[in-house]
Amino acid sequence: MATLTVFINNRSYTCDASTTVAGAITQATPQLSATRQSVRDMPRTMVCGMGICFECRVTINGAAHQLACQTPVASGMRITYGEGGDAKL
Amino acid sequence: MSPSDVIIIGGGIVGCACAHRLAETGWRVTLVERDTIGSGATAAGMGQIVALDDSPAELVLTADSQRRWHTLGQANPLIHEYTPCGTVWVASDDEELTLAAAKVSSYHAAGLHAELLDAAALYRHEPNLRPGLPGGLRIAGDAVVYSSRSAAWLWEQTGGTLIHDEVTAIQSGGVTLANGRQLRADVVVLATGSRARELVPTLPIRPKKGHLVITDRYPGFIHHQVAEMGYAKNAHLADVDSVAFNIQPRATGQILIGSCRQYDIHTPEVDPHMLGRMLQRCIDFMPGLATLSTLRVWTGYRAATPDGLPLIGPHPHIPGLWLATGHEGLGITTSLGTADLLAALLNHTSPAINPSPYLPERFFPAH
Repeated sequence: MATLTVFINNRSYTCDASTTVAGAITQATPQLSATRQSVRDMPRTMVCGMGICFECRVTINGAAHQLACQTPVASGMRITYGEGGDAKL
Repeated sequence: MSPSDVIIIGGGIVGCACAHRLAETGWRVTLVERDTIGSGATAAGMGQIVALDDSPAELVLTADSQRRWHTLGQANPLIHEYTPCGTVWVASDDEELTLAAAKVSSYHAAGLHAELLDAAALYRHEPNLRPGLPGGLRIAGDAVVYSSRSAAWLWEQTGGTLIHDEVTAIQSGGVTLANGRQLRADVVVLATGSRARELVPTLPIRPKKGHLVITDRYPGFIHHQVAEMGYAKNAHLADVDSVAFNIQPRATGQILIGSCRQYDIHTPEVDPHMLGRMLQRCIDFMPGLATLSTLRVWTGYRAATPDGLPLIGPHPHIPGLWLATGHEGLGITTSLGTADLLAALLNHTSPAINPSPYLPERFFPAH
């Protein structure tokens, strides 16, 4: 299986080269509970996996509100979310 | 006229502001709204409170209204989502920067804050503008409100009677509703924006369609309402389709992106060609906009008059009918000044500003 390295909240992880950002986050954080806080401080995380619900938004290479489930990983990609990234965005 | 019964047709920001002011001065108000309070152009627009100086009369009315919004907004910032963010008008070239310097004097003469920005100051205020711009003009007293909520709040203060129905005819001493019922009042105020001609076909009002886009939340991307100085030139005077860079930060961190103007389009569908032109114009001024995620696009209709000024006052040929419409893209701003003028004229008290430039009689030849 081809792999590559991405940075999730500033820590490096090796992931499947053919996965999405959502896949990489899930692989890196099996006990994942929330990737975002809503405007009213409620926990949010990826739900539909097909680009409809918009709950999986994370910051990728500095660009906010990217859909993790629709974005393929790339070598060296910097992904931030939640408390370590862009909480409440 | 001593205060008695008044029927207001249209519960947008203008109708609600008039209801509020008239109720304050002793009138018993009945409001007829076919949809919900604060819908129509009030919901579709940007909620911008801007002082504009395309004409002396426009500056007087917008300056007066800007001050009224400041008082209202500061008293209840959460209700109105009042954000005194100011406006930065961007000059595209040295000619426009010279124009900006002249505008500083006219704003100062109207008692408003206005500040000429050189290039360094422009980028200090709004670093996401494209490089190479010569400067601009900053109007610190401008603001943003959530206009639908303001309309609802203004109406709630009146204690008046709300009737959810459509007016099908205006006659002497009252109106007829779609359900056949007749309502009687000495004074009827027509405040239905671009739809005013449906009830009074001779009014010089044309609907001017616009598109708006709202983005996801990007707090800090812009700090002011940011618009091109060519906005007035591009947007208000031309009789052809036009686009202008005009964007606004919302309290949520979202960005409203406008603007475009089209005459005589009577279908509300989003027009991909106009939308594309509008977005390209905005990206030309602020390239980073192209990377933002947008959530929704919608359209609405402004009520345009031939001289760009609203119709405020009695209809010269229809006794008992008063007009408060024709506010084009400035209805949120000028709603409060309009209400004060209308109430002063009805109550025979001294208005805060000279009502002459806005009287409907200017479009109706004397008998």
